[in-house]
Amino acid sequence: MDVKTGLFYIFSTVLLLAAFRVITARNPVHAVLFLVLSFFQASMIWMLLSAEFLAIILVLVYVGAVMVLFLFVVMMLDVKIEGGRDGFWKHFPLAAVVGVLIVLEMSAVLMGGFRVTEDVSASIAGQASVPVSNTRELGLLLYTQYIYPLEVAAAVLLLAMITAIVLTLRQRKDVKTIDPSEQVSVKAADRLVVVKMSTTQPPLPMQVTEIPSVEKKA
Amino acid sequence: MTLTLGHFLTLGAILFALSVVGIFLNRKNLIVLMMAIELMLLAVNTNFVAFSHYLGDLKGQIFVFFILTVAAAEAAIGLAILVLLFRSKSNINVDELNTLKG
Repeated sequence: MDVKTGLFYIFSTVLLLAAFRVITARNPVHAVLFLVLSFFQASMIWMLLSAEFLAIILVLVYVGAVMVLFLFVVMMLDVKIEGGRDGFWKHFPLAAVVGVLIVLEMSAVLMGGFRVTEDVSASIAGQASVPVSNTRELGLLLYTQYIYPLEVAAAVLLLAMITAIVLTLRQRKDVKTIDPSEQVSVKAADRLVVVKMSTTQPPLPMQVTEIPSVEKKA
Repeated sequence: MTLTLGHFLTLGAILFALSVVGIFLNRKNLIVLMMAIELMLLAVNTNFVAFSHYLGDLKGQIFVFFILTVAAAEAAIGLAILVLLFRSKSNINVDELNTLKG
């Protein structure tokens, strides 16, 4: 057993324990934190598979953005911790049966059918001896052959951003607000009217005249 | 004993099964359901990366890149819907989401 195998077992053990805690944690905040831990372990496993760029992206994008978003939402929503776990043990036997079935079937197929080792993959690739940068290779492929899918992905992200903003933006009815576009486009002439008056006025015979209003209603 | 492709695929299988179990167990809490879906995507991505490494084909990693993009968009929109739901119903219990029932 070499170092890489040992690291694989360590990382996957922690990953599976963290994933187990994610689905059994009573407090959603703990669940999110364990999910962060499992993403870190998965990133390490991807490093073992020499997918460095994706491992870094997993940490930066997933842990840095998506999980923090989850954490914000969990803390913002104030979900009752005790409520909603009534059916936990009721559904446990069925869930355990389904899960064990999936694992047994898939590992029976996978362990038997995919005994590809590093040497075989090296012979398939034929270029494992040349040290290549994973990021460089990925970028070369992404910006030439996959340029249109990349732009579609960018459009998907833009769509997600606009959707999230539109969904969560709300106009509050109980506060007085000014529409910024109206406020910016107002002219001085709309607010103030200069009235020409003579400097002296003849005294009025015991009659109160209305002073012409200088300001229009805003 | 060296690592084979089967090791990584089995890890992905166990992770996927764990998240299926999580969906069964936490079917009340919408947030934990979304976390289980994220775990599922992680398992699938691990499979992709493992195949990409052992078959010497970089297209698997390209695919993981796009899956990550779509998953980030899904998480953002899902959480926005969740916030909207919490505003209107004051909880996120799945059993009470029955206003669309005919």
